[in-house]
Amino acid sequence: MTTAATVEEAAPQAGLLAAFESALAEDSRIEPRDWMPDAYRATLIRQMAQHAHSEIIGMQPEANWISRAPSLRRKAILMAKVQDEAGHGLYLYSAAETLGVGRDELLDKLHAGRQRYSSIFNYPTLTWADVGAVGWLVDGAAITNQVPLCRCSYGPYARAMVRICKEESFHQRQGYELLLALSRGTEAQHAMAQDAVDRWWWPSLMMFGPPDTESGHSEQSMAWKIKRHSNDELRQRFVDICVPQAEVLGLTLPDPDLRWNEERGAHDFGDIDWTEFHEVLRGNGPCNEQRITQRRTAHEQGAWVREAATAYAAKQGTEHGEVR
Amino acid sequence: MTANDWPLWEVFVRSRRGLSHSHAGSLHAPDAEMALRNARDLYTRRAEGVSIWVVPSTQITASSPDEKDSFFEPAGDKPYRHPTFYKIPEGVRHL
Amino acid sequence: MNPVLVSTALPLGDDALVLAQRLGEWAGHAPVLEEDVALANIALDLLGQARVLLSLVGDEDELAFGREERAFRNVQLVEQPNGDFAHTIARQLYFSTYQELLYTELAQGDSELAPLAAKAVKEVAYHHDHARQWTLRLGDGTAESHERMQRGLDALWRFTGELFQPVEGLGTDLGALREPWLERVSAVVRQATLTMPEGPDVTSWSAGAGRQGIHTESFGRMLAEMQHLHRAHPGATW
Repeated sequence: MTTAATVEEAAPQAGLLAAFESALAEDSRIEPRDWMPDAYRATLIRQMAQHAHSEIIGMQPEANWISRAPSLRRKAILMAKVQDEAGHGLYLYSAAETLGVGRDELLDKLHAGRQRYSSIFNYPTLTWADVGAVGWLVDGAAITNQVPLCRCSYGPYARAMVRICKEESFHQRQGYELLLALSRGTEAQHAMAQDAVDRWWWPSLMMFGPPDTESGHSEQSMAWKIKRHSNDELRQRFVDICVPQAEVLGLTLPDPDLRWNEERGAHDFGDIDWTEFHEVLRGNGPCNEQRITQRRTAHEQGAWVREAATAYAAKQGTEHGEVR
Repeated sequence: MTANDWPLWEVFVRSRRGLSHSHAGSLHAPDAEMALRNARDLYTRRAEGVSIWVVPSTQITASSPDEKDSFFEPAGDKPYRHPTFYKIPEGVRHL
Repeated sequence: MNPVLVSTALPLGDDALVLAQRLGEWAGHAPVLEEDVALANIALDLLGQARVLLSLVGDEDELAFGREERAFRNVQLVEQPNGDFAHTIARQLYFSTYQELLYTELAQGDSELAPLAAKAVKEVAYHHDHARQWTLRLGDGTAESHERMQRGLDALWRFTGELFQPVEGLGTDLGALREPWLERVSAVVRQATLTMPEGPDVTSWSAGAGRQGIHTESFGRMLAEMQHLHRAHPGATW
């Protein structure tokens, strides 16, 4: 609900901060109308907006293959998945709105380049196998990130994430199944699958964000229980999950330094090219311009439709649910 | 509100017959009819509902968390409203 | 192959497949996110219908990806490019009204299409409702939306006559659906403060139209895109 913002206007009375902190300490949830520190609110808005934008921009690289899906079964799956992503964007915008910020405002910021989306979507989907690699690796990394968010301290965000995680379980599996079919298919299909994994592996590892030593927001977010695990912790977890899955796929992960470390009980892996990460973040990835332009164009070209519906509602006197 | 900015609606879904509607989330729509349809598409894609309510978000009056004490605590000391308050001899059934 | 199903399930399956393909092109381009979701819902329903219908005839993928343009039996209406949102809605209004009437008839019959029709009629009723709601809003919205909606209705009118051409073996008099179709469409159009298009509802080309395998220019390109990957890997499974 949108009535949230008003509460914080009141001078922070003694005890409000204490109540907030004790709610966190008890692992209880913060709800929209509760008092919360401005910085907590701002951090949540930033993170939820970025998350919502990622879902919406993330539709593009996969929608790129809907028209060309090589079987009707795959076409239906892909369409349903891209549709889910639109839905997930909507859940997240709706959760962000409980903090007193409008969706139009968030979209404007996205279109103006003032709010980010996940950099992973600035990479292109060049072959059909990329649809599989995105499902297995990108959704896999996203799920690793998102599952702990189901216990995030902010109630509406946590609830949206529960719904999203439940729905997304099929996303990763369809990607894996798609790659498996390719890997076990013809020579050309196998090569297509390996090529896709080669291109998506490193960008997927970058999805967990900069190393803990450099991550600006992490510590405070952990204290607020918005974030539950550090970037490097989640990245390690993801690598350890992927290695045996790649073996079953019959595909190799493009990292000569990847090996099991008995002592740590985890896989060691090679250095991530953080220069590439920062460059893509800065707007210099292969698809940054294309993605944001398509989004902005859809929004601008849709303006007359949205205006028409508003005008119609006004004429009918139904805009705020007034019954005719 | 600009023409481009449709109002926000709260969505309540009855997941199956016999249960009450519960809050599922919100969405934007130009009017009530479209809000219902958008809610159907958004919140029941996996057959999660048999009935939907949509309510303009601005029409909802909520209790304030500041009133928590006066609103909810008085009920806390009326344990006699709960069945576990009463001791019934063992063996008495259908009570 | 059952020849009756070839002549009945194939055209209806192609209608659904081709329209699903067109609607799928909206993904990520819709005027508002809620419509991304709604249009995908409709496309998924249609794709599901297509798969059932094509499977009655043979292997769904061989049929969808292996046939040349001339072997497709869909009406030309469904292959028309999306155009703007009003154009898409006009196509939806014309086609969903037709599909709802047709499936209602088929569901009451005892052909092999009856079970599919019984399930699909609920889906297409929703598609019709979606098209109706948007026709009203665009027609009676702003001056710009009114003009665009009228243009969409007018531009597609010439493809509506084909809907009522007989389909051999269907056991349903498609010509008889024309009156109720006109009634329903014009009721929506009038309520939306728009006018029913005038002029012929078929083109004058004697070669025939979609049901005879004669299609419009953009259809070949649509098929090329849809089929190229599948065809580039003969015999592969996906």
